[in-house]
Order: sequence, then structure tokens, then C-alpha cells
Amino acid sequence: MASKVSPALVENSDDVESRKSDEERIKIKTIEFGDVLLLVGSALSAWAAANLLYETILPVSGALGFVVVWYVLFLLISWSGVRRIHGAVRAKDHLVRVLVWSGASLAIVPLVLIVIYVIGKGYHALRPQFFVEDQRFVGALSEATEGGGSHAIVGTLQQVGLATLIAVPLGITTAVYLNEVKGRLSKPLRTVVDAMSAVPSIVAGLFIYAAWILALGNQQTGFAGSLALAVLFLPTVTRTAEVVLRLVPGGLREASLALGGTEWRTTSRVVLPTSRSGLVTAVILGVARVIGETAPLILTVGGAFVMNWNPLEGKQDSLPYFVFRLIRFPQEAQIARAWTGALVLMMLVLILFVIARAIGGRGPDHIGRFKRYRLKRKGLA
Amino acid sequence: MTFTETTTTTPVIPTSNEGDSSTVRAAGLSARDVACWFGTKKVLEGVTLDMAPGQVTALIGPSGCGKSTFLRTLNRMHELVPGATLGGEILIDGVDIYRGAIPVTDVRRRIGMVFQKPNPFPAMTVAENVVSGLKLSGLKVSRSERDDLIESCLQKAGLWNEVKNRLGDPGRALSGGQQQRLCIARSLAVSPQVLLMDEPCSALDPTSTRRIEQTIAEISSSVTVVIVTHNMQQAQRVSDRCAFFLAAENEPGRIIEEGPTKDIFLNPHDQRTNDYVNGRFG
Repeated sequence: MASKVSPALVENSDDVESRKSDEERIKIKTIEFGDVLLLVGSALSAWAAANLLYETILPVSGALGFVVVWYVLFLLISWSGVRRIHGAVRAKDHLVRVLVWSGASLAIVPLVLIVIYVIGKGYHALRPQFFVEDQRFVGALSEATEGGGSHAIVGTLQQVGLATLIAVPLGITTAVYLNEVKGRLSKPLRTVVDAMSAVPSIVAGLFIYAAWILALGNQQTGFAGSLALAVLFLPTVTRTAEVVLRLVPGGLREASLALGGTEWRTTSRVVLPTSRSGLVTAVILGVARVIGETAPLILTVGGAFVMNWNPLEGKQDSLPYFVFRLIRFPQEAQIARAWTGALVLMMLVLILFVIARAIGGRGPDHIGRFKRYRLKRKGLA
Repeated sequence: MTFTETTTTTPVIPTSNEGDSSTVRAAGLSARDVACWFGTKKVLEGVTLDMAPGQVTALIGPSGCGKSTFLRTLNRMHELVPGATLGGEILIDGVDIYRGAIPVTDVRRRIGMVFQKPNPFPAMTVAENVVSGLKLSGLKVSRSERDDLIESCLQKAGLWNEVKNRLGDPGRALSGGQQQRLCIARSLAVSPQVLLMDEPCSALDPTSTRRIEQTIAEISSSVTVVIVTHNMQQAQRVSDRCAFFLAAENEPGRIIEEGPTKDIFLNPHDQRTNDYVNGRFG
């Protein structure tokens, strides 16, 4: 870990490295030339065999089927090749390695495609004014570059921010109860939290609509939306935080108690700071769970075309709802605006996560700039 | 060794129990007929032992004989294990720590503990670790007192010279032996009257072990020390008195013999003690 090395040591080792760079070191070979040759050869012969099988012998056609046949043949041929050269054990190892590699690569494909697709669709109508204007003077027939989605951005930030303010303290308190207090209600509570995480998001929206808006007679507001989001946020942050707290070694709690620490001070000064980066992950997962939610917002925030800075009064918009509404218009310009909204939403998520990681993402051993400053003021560094 | 006043360099933290007394002195601990259970399994029975103020008492015996369990009853750490119960009496300076009027947090602050595995708080720097006990138990000190406390505790733990320029590093950036001495310094910072040590050197190199043994010798005038150790030489080197624990198969552990360390090692009354200290079993 870099944090364990003092600056003096780092400089020193750099020095040493530059002086001794001509010293010969062992290069660890991870891939042998012969293995690469075998893989390329297998791929080529599998392609040839697949061509033969698929195009001339089998009564089917199509690109997807061809790739599947090619892949299976490649597995077989390379497996038998490795088996001939290195034996059955290495061959099985090779087979699993190829499967794992191709599985991982395959999983990334849709992710990358989504990002590329949204960027491709959304960047046309992306202008600086998208971040400052709303849809107040924009009709369905206006140019796609006219107006903006600032009202939706503000709505999303306020709703998710309020939901975070509601759900994170509740969730972490619940996690502390489940893991530190270990009270009699832990078991039923854990079951309830699990059940809550399976609540469909539209049901969360309906619940707030029925309980908060209809029964209590409140308006559709940004705050109502954030309540619905908090319902979805809470189980995610609770469960993740509970797992994170469980990772804190019991020895630290004992050490704190053995110093005469109370339960609360042990939790607040030892357990929570030790798991800070994990708790930030819990919050990130929670935000990720809700920031793209449309269904719970349709019934609760109401949607709007103009900026509403007040989440407590009047209808608000949100980016997912903005996208959902505009994408169903027949006009090209509206659809382009929707894609831009989707792109901005993705950018927003990226920015939020980078900020969260920068604030609390490192391990407990890491002393950040802010903490260093605080320590200096207290004379502890 | 008997009641000994601390030297004047020791910073003093006034506490509710000691009022304004300007010194912290070692306290005597005594266990009367202590028995321990984990659930329904009885692991310790009839343990009666006096740990005189300012003395070092070593608890020896083979693994699984209840030494550590006994040690953990002495500062109420035993009850933290789910299903763990105990009977008997444990007195600090004549006051029962379980039934008496001393709050559990005060018991644990007055009777400190060093664990087998070094466990500095990862989210704190070296300096913060030393004074963490103050924050955790709600003791307030001025900034200059705190700085003195950091230095004097690290001095006592024999760590000051190695870390005086690294006080702002994370606690876990130190080596294993240094971490354990940091933990000792941390325990000393709340001015305990008794220090319990559960195999404090079992994970350490010989140099760190020697350093910790020196520390024990230095602090034992102001703190009563109870140490669990598997190392017979260590028990001989550091302790004034020794208690030999043994558990027969499927029986709870008991004290077989207890007395001045010299007698236990050179002139034991019980054959089993003789066999154990001479390495013939266990």
C-alpha cells in the first residue's frame, strides 16, 4: 500500500531505481509464444471448420449462430491442442480460463454499448444552455437545441439529495442496530429490510401517492418524490452498511471497550470511521439504485416544464421523467432532447460517484488532506 | 513490591472515583471462587487468586485451560461473548466489580487490557491512538497535557524514539512489534491501576518481546500487571508470582498451584506443575 510508505522512502526508492535501472531483472513470462500461436491457430481452424459446417452442411444461417458454432469449435480445438502438449490437467485449466475470460468480456459488451449508444444519440442536442434553460419557451416543433433540461437536473439533484438525507441516517442507524446493538428485534428487522429491497419501485411510488398525497392531502412535490425514492434507498443502504460494519474486526470493538469506551463512543469513534470507505460505497449503491428511477416519480413529483427551485411546493421534474415523457413524442426534436437528458443523467451519475470516491473512498489507513489539516490544527500531526 | 507512588512525570487524569488525588496508584485485584461458563459448558471453576498491588502475576498453563477466560473476567470483557456467564467475586481494592457501584466503563478504564493481536485503531494516527482512550471514555485534558501524555506514554512503552517523527502516520503503518507497544501506550494513557496482558508477545519478534518485558518491569511499580503467557522463560523473567492453570479432559480449568515465581519454577509442590514448567507436557 502506498499509504504505508513515508514520502522520504518514496523519493529514496525512486533515486535508487534511476541509478540501478541497468541491472538485469527476471522477466516473468505470463504468456508463452507457443500458447499464443496455439490460440491463434485454433481460432483460425475453428473459423474454417465453422464455415464449412455452418455454410455448407448445416441447414441454418445467420451471424449469431455462426459465432456460437465458431466459439464452441474454438474451445474444442484449443482444448485438444493444449491437452496434446501439456496434458489433461492444464487443458482443463485452459478451458476454464477461456470461459471466464469470454464471460467477463461478454458482460462488459452491453455496458460499453449502452454508453456509446447514449453518447451517440444524445450529443447532437447537447449545448451549454441545456444546463441553464428549461422548457418554458419550447414546443414540440422547436429545434432540438432550443431550451434545456436545467429544471430536470435541479429536480433530480434535489429529490435524490433529500432521499439521501432521509435514507442514509436511517439506514446506517438500522445497520448499527443490526450489527452493533444486536437487539432482540434484529432478526425480524433484517427480514423486513430484505422484503423492502424487493419492493417494486412503482409500488413505492403508489405507497407515497396513497399515504402522503391522497390520505394526508399533500401536493405532488419534489419532496413527495424523494420520500418514494427513500423507500427504495433505505434497504440498499441498510444491507450494504450492515455487511460493511460486519467487516470491522471484533478486536477493535474489544480494544475500545477495554479502554473504558461506551457503546456509543465505540461505534462513533472506532467502528464507523474504520468502515468509512465501505459506508461511502453503501451510499453510492443507494444513490445508484434510485437516481435512474422513473416509476415512483411519475405519481409523486408530477413533472414540470419550468424550473421549480422549491422541492416542498409545486410540481417538479426529474431527468428520468423528462426522458420518459419526451421520448414518446413523435417529433424528432423531442426525442433528441430526451436522449440528451439521458446522456446528462449518465454524466451526473459519473460526477457524483467521482466526488463520493474522492471524499471517502480510500481505506481507513489513508489520511486525506482534510483530516491532515484538522489534525494539524489540533496539534496531532 | 507494595504500594508505590507514581513518579511525578506521570500525567494525571482526575476521575470520578479518585477525586482530586494527584497520583494514580496500583490497585490490588482478588478473585474469589470464580467460575465461568460458555452457554452450558463450564470452563473454569473455583479460581481464587490474589494479585497484589504493584506486582506482576503470570498466568501459565496449556492451551484451553481457561487462563484467557479468567483474565477477561477481571475487567468484565468475558460478558461480551454471547452466552458467557460467571460466578464468584472479583474485587478491586476490596470493591466488587460486578455487584459494586463502579460502572462497567470505569471498571474497564481502571483495569486496562492488551490483547494477543496488536489492534491499533486503523482510522487513527499514532498520536490519536495513544490518546484514543481519553475520547472513548469521555475524559477531557488540555492540549499541553495531552501532548505530554502522548510523549510519556510512548516513552513508557519504549516506542517514543522510533515514532516521535511519525506521530501523524496511520497506526497500522508501524511494524507488528511497534503496533503492540502502541497498544500498550494506549492502555497506559488512561492511567489504569491494573493492566491485563493476554499473551502480548506471542506474535512478536525477540527484540520487540524484550522491549515489552522491559516496559512491564518499568510500569509495574505503578500498575498491577497480570499477564498470560505460554513462554516459561518470559514468565520467569517478568513475574513476581505465578499461577498454574490446568484443565483435565472434559473438566473445567482450575488453578493447580499458585505462589512466588521462584517457588513455582524451582520448587513446585505439585507434580503436574513440575512437569509443565519443565516442558514435559502441555
